[in-house]
Amino acid sequence: MVINAGSLTFQQLNDAIRKSQDQDIYIKNALGQRFIAAGLGGRNLTIDGVPGNALGAYLNGCNITVNGNAQDAVGDTMNDGEIVVHGNIGDAAGYAMRGGAMYIEGNAGYRAGIHMKAYREKQPVIVIGGRAGSFIGEYQAGGTIIVLGMNPKLASDAHGAQQEIVHNFACTGMHGGRMFLRGDTSMVRFPDQVTTKTASEQDVESIRPYLERFCFLFGHDLDTLLSSQYTLITPNSENPYKELYVAN
Amino acid sequence: MELEGQVRIPSGCAISAVVSKDLRPISGETVIKSMIPMHDRSNGLGGGFAGYGIYPDYKDFYAFHIFYDSRKAQEECEKYLKDHFEIVQAETIPTRKIPEINDVPLIWRYFIIPLTSQMLRLQVDEKEYTARCVMYINVHLDGAFVFSSGKNMGIFKAVGFPEDVGRFYQLDDYEGYEWTAHGRYPTNTPGWWGGAHPFGLLDYSVVHNGEISSYDANRRFIEMFGYKCTLQTDTEVITYIADYLLRKQKLSLKEMSSVIAASFWDTIDHKDPQEAKVQTYLRKIYSSLLITGPFSIILGFNGGLMALNDRLKLRSMVTARKGNTVYIASEEAAIRAMEPDVTNLYAPAGGEPFIVLTDEYEKEV
Repeated sequence: MVINAGSLTFQQLNDAIRKSQDQDIYIKNALGQRFIAAGLGGRNLTIDGVPGNALGAYLNGCNITVNGNAQDAVGDTMNDGEIVVHGNIGDAAGYAMRGGAMYIEGNAGYRAGIHMKAYREKQPVIVIGGRAGSFIGEYQAGGTIIVLGMNPKLASDAHGAQQEIVHNFACTGMHGGRMFLRGDTSMVRFPDQVTTKTASEQDVESIRPYLERFCFLFGHDLDTLLSSQYTLITPNSENPYKELYVAN
Repeated sequence: MELEGQVRIPSGCAISAVVSKDLRPISGETVIKSMIPMHDRSNGLGGGFAGYGIYPDYKDFYAFHIFYDSRKAQEECEKYLKDHFEIVQAETIPTRKIPEINDVPLIWRYFIIPLTSQMLRLQVDEKEYTARCVMYINVHLDGAFVFSSGKNMGIFKAVGFPEDVGRFYQLDDYEGYEWTAHGRYPTNTPGWWGGAHPFGLLDYSVVHNGEISSYDANRRFIEMFGYKCTLQTDTEVITYIADYLLRKQKLSLKEMSSVIAASFWDTIDHKDPQEAKVQTYLRKIYSSLLITGPFSIILGFNGGLMALNDRLKLRSMVTARKGNTVYIASEEAAIRAMEPDVTNLYAPAGGEPFIVLTDEYEKEV
């Protein structure tokens, strides 16, 4: 089914998606409609144009492909499914994400993966091809965030200057899960409550399925990614947040 | 009717801007378009626009846009204007009668120049004189509110959704090289015509999305320098801070952003020593002008604009360009509504000023 989002409101567009009996839905001319596929499962959505904020919020098993950029709060509290963005995403992607996967070809804005969590078989993952803004993995409680630092052209600032793989305050308040940053992270300052180490072969092997999927989706070379150096960041159980705010 | 607490309104103010570096005229219609995909960021309690370069025939005169509650307020205010300015043109601002915009005040426009004798008596320059007169009217003359007071620019605002406000003021009839726009979702004030954005003083105008927590600290400081915050709204105080730092203290735009969205001390400590020294100096001198809490603002002025996020970037902002035209908005969709075919999409970091100057202005400075 093809839906021309055009000037539809977000309610009209989401009603059309929900009422459709089709497994595969193609949305064209999206222009800022919010909450696309919120809470939805069992469909394949392809979106042309710019989907609005909270794309795939509470997503429950859909596969969403965006042929372009997405805005803020992609996959907010997403439970299951896959979101693929052939472009950049805005702030607060994967807020409190609790399952499923998100593959971003370009850059992420601020606060990607904030409050991300995991439980037994629910192991969410975010793979960012480019760079990420400040506060990535803020209060991360579970799941895996991978930043690959590729596409240097996408990763420059307004004046064309190269920017670091993640901006300030990465992993602030992180207390669970894992983060992998590819390449040199010597310039990144991490808080005292996390541990950083060079990822072992075994560590990298554990994210192989995600890297494979990323390469399949965006046409990158898997061997290059597998043979790269990664920094693995995990919470530091030797230095917990005890007495950080109040002395009790 | 659903009462408060029974209905959730998805919201957050909307801002946008377009500026042509080579002064190509842009219709007000363009910037109205940007507000349509962001409709749900406002709640119908305020919308407004600022256009620059829209009064080329009167470019040497201050254009005062004034709301009046009554004819009496108008008479009183016009008497004040005559005593302080030479009025070369006085007219109602043309509007369309549309059902979406009602409770309309009297809306007048004056093209004026300060009386030299008065300026000499007070020993102040033209801008300071004009700014003081605006303050006087807004504080002392009941029922009169100057909501725009720059040269060759004008603010148009009302209670309503921004796209309706744009139609109401017939902005499709205006052309300027720069426009800013705002859709309002007021959080602390009930929302009336004067409180809509943009806020303006002289040619500075501010549109703002956010909720600053430093309002009273900022207000107390700025009121020591002759500014009077009459509306209890965040944006008014930001406008006066901009006027104070840029016009009176002669800071650069970048320096101003290091004052109002100063980096954390911890971040400053890790900067290049010379840069750290400058930022430390600015933070210490103007500590009361640090604006905390979430904000994204666009400051317009004759010759360009500056977009800025709070240092934690708690509000969204995207920029893009096509040729010599630069676009800024809360959402990429708003930019695409103005120009589908943009490039150089870039989201500035928190506290990183995004400054666009016209080619002409750049040559001057």
